[in-house]
Amino acid sequence: MHNLKPMTALGADTPQIDQFDGLEISERPDFALASLSIRLGRDVQCAEQAKAYLGFDLPEPGQGHLSDPFSCFWMGPVQWMISAPHDSHEDLAVALKQAVGDAGSISEQTDGWCRFDLSGPGLTAVLERLCNVDLASLASGDARRVRLEHLGCFVWCLKPAEAVAVLGPRSSAASLHHALVGAAKSAL
Amino acid sequence: MMIDHPLLGLRDAQEFTYLGDASLIDRPDWQAEDAQETFHDYLYLRENPAGEHRELWFHETGDRSWLVVTRNTLTHEITKVELARDVARARGRSK
Repeated sequence: MHNLKPMTALGADTPQIDQFDGLEISERPDFALASLSIRLGRDVQCAEQAKAYLGFDLPEPGQGHLSDPFSCFWMGPVQWMISAPHDSHEDLAVALKQAVGDAGSISEQTDGWCRFDLSGPGLTAVLERLCNVDLASLASGDARRVRLEHLGCFVWCLKPAEAVAVLGPRSSAASLHHALVGAAKSAL
Repeated sequence: MMIDHPLLGLRDAQEFTYLGDASLIDRPDWQAEDAQETFHDYLYLRENPAGEHRELWFHETGDRSWLVVTRNTLTHEITKVELARDVARARGRSK
């Protein structure tokens, strides 16, 4: 039996939290992620089965849905990212696969991404230095894929103009965190 | 330059990468008698119009969809943007 020790994307035992005057950046390792792609010609069936499992319609382009336990955002044509608390839904990908069957393809994404939640009144000033997302246009749940610190990241609106989640590639978590902290120090 | 994405609306051109002539969608039949000749033309020969041009763009730092953009090479005016998927299916491909 291997003696494995869980660690966060930044390599620590506990999630990193950085406080600034007007912004908090908190690492969030407590979410499971899985992506859903509809297979060719199975749009109606897959959408219905996903809705039966998630409890809401798959979001329209650019949009998302925030709820408990499942949240979701649109990634691209016929593709969505689904998120749920890690403690209760560690097997999210398996459960989704059972829900949609052969109408959709599911990929485990939990360990592919790291997530940092940014919240506070200084959010706009920090985010506008990092990427070209139009924060004012984002409604609750909306998500945009952006280039941030040369990384393809998602900016996911948790609370309009006040809180977003930034999802970036986990292997570049330290670079992403460095960019977020650097922008916060510069702007605030 | 802004590209009017069919799903996401106006997006900055820096989010996209350019591939080339949209005629790349019309890949020849590799089993045809004249496949060698048609593949030579498909691979090497391009129109180079001064004016309206249909070209493939990839929304790399966006939703990662392929687009067919109709652009005027003299003025850079973009007159039409379609999902490449829809264009290909309309021509009987990707069924």
